[in-house]
Amino acid sequence: MIKLLEHIGRYFIMLQKTFGKFTKSSVLRKLVVREIDDLIIGSLGIVAFISFFVGGVVAIQTAINSDNPLLPKYLVGYATRQSIILEFAPTFISIIMAGKVGSFITSSIGTMRVTEQIDALEVMGVNTYNYLIFPKIAAMTLYPFIIVISMFLGIFGGYVACITGGFSAHADFVEGLQLDFNAFHVTYAFIKTFLFAMLLATIPSYHGYFMKGGALGVGKASTTSFVWTSVAIILMNSFVTNFLLT
Amino acid sequence: MIEIKNLKKSFGETEVLKGVSTVFEQGKTNLIIGQSGSGKTVFLKCILGLHQASEGEISYNQNPLSQMTEKERSLLRQDMGMVFQGSALFDSMTVEENVMFPMKMFTEAAADEIRERANIAIKRVNLIDANAKLPSEISGGMQKRVAIARAIVMNPNYLFCDEPNSGLDPKTAILIDNLIQEITQEYQITTVINSHDMNSVMEIGEKIIFLKDGEKKWEGSNKEIFKTDNDAVTNFVYSSELFKKVRKVYMEESE
Repeated sequence: MIKLLEHIGRYFIMLQKTFGKFTKSSVLRKLVVREIDDLIIGSLGIVAFISFFVGGVVAIQTAINSDNPLLPKYLVGYATRQSIILEFAPTFISIIMAGKVGSFITSSIGTMRVTEQIDALEVMGVNTYNYLIFPKIAAMTLYPFIIVISMFLGIFGGYVACITGGFSAHADFVEGLQLDFNAFHVTYAFIKTFLFAMLLATIPSYHGYFMKGGALGVGKASTTSFVWTSVAIILMNSFVTNFLLT
Repeated sequence: MIEIKNLKKSFGETEVLKGVSTVFEQGKTNLIIGQSGSGKTVFLKCILGLHQASEGEISYNQNPLSQMTEKERSLLRQDMGMVFQGSALFDSMTVEENVMFPMKMFTEAAADEIRERANIAIKRVNLIDANAKLPSEISGGMQKRVAIARAIVMNPNYLFCDEPNSGLDPKTAILIDNLIQEITQEYQITTVINSHDMNSVMEIGEKIIFLKDGEKKWEGSNKEIFKTDNDAVTNFVYSSELFKKVRKVYMEESE
């Protein structure tokens, strides 16, 4: 328990130092652009692929488990929209990103630690927290755009699966998509997406920055980072949902 | 000049440095030697400010490190160059970008000027046609030279090297040693080298301090190390037959 509190304390001190002495703006700008490329652009492919096919599976599962004639035909479109906007796109994709982006962040910072590159920066007088972590936080502010794409492709995947598989008619699916639309659900999804983005940028950075050991340590830190980022996302999801939707 | 008084450093219950005092003079290559685990790296990291000393004082040109403000420390760091054991080059940057990095971070010089100064430093360490290469594409000896170029590009007053010869063949190791000594004398900087390479000790050790179990057991020059009868030093330096013979020949010649 004391060890956990120590980690939490050190994490917040790291965050404070990240927003301490800023790196020269011309250098920082380039770092942010590189992180956007690595963390955001580099994730689009996998997010698009997963969203499209999982969206399709969600729609098919809903259709085959709701074949009671008393249930309305628009239910498939409605359930697909709700599951994808409320949970699949923001939460499920964030867990996947904890593996993809999180382990990339931990291993890249961890390797810099092992090869003394962080020490080299410190000797030069660079605020290593700001230099290494701030660009990742800045890049991850664009993470909601990934979730927008995920939402769109997830629903589109559901639509394609239903139409091509004969599980729902076009009109029924579209009716379900439009039924009882609550704009706050989208706001809620983006609030939690933004919070998840901050967790995705900072928890893996923490594990990379404070990792110990050699190459084996980098692998271990990446795994630990994935576990703790996922735990933090799930807990944050539960907290935000309780706070905003109940 | 760097003055160290009664430096102590503990990690939890373990006392790694037990009150080391010495002076590293300007324009000299100062060597810290000792067995693995003797506290050399911790000593160097304390001097650099990467580790906070538990007790004692480190002064740079009579300015105590502990009394410096964050801004003064930051300025001091820009006056330091460091060559790490594994070179610590930024692997996503080319050789030229690595050398340009400190100037890009801390000066307002124009891009052309930065490139020009970086190329002077690269030329000084005798690197040819390597500017566009990544660290992974060059040899260990070349990486060390890039690290030296990066360390001297800001014209520092202090140069620190942690095991600059580790992993290098004897010929390259001598080249690196000579390069460091030439740079030290040319720019009149205070150079501190952490080493257990006996060739370096004999060749460039103008001042040597010997650490054992976190304590300074001996201090002197490369000339004096041949004549010392300090058991701790002789057991360490002359542990191989070759160096025993070197010592014998030296003593015979000096008589």
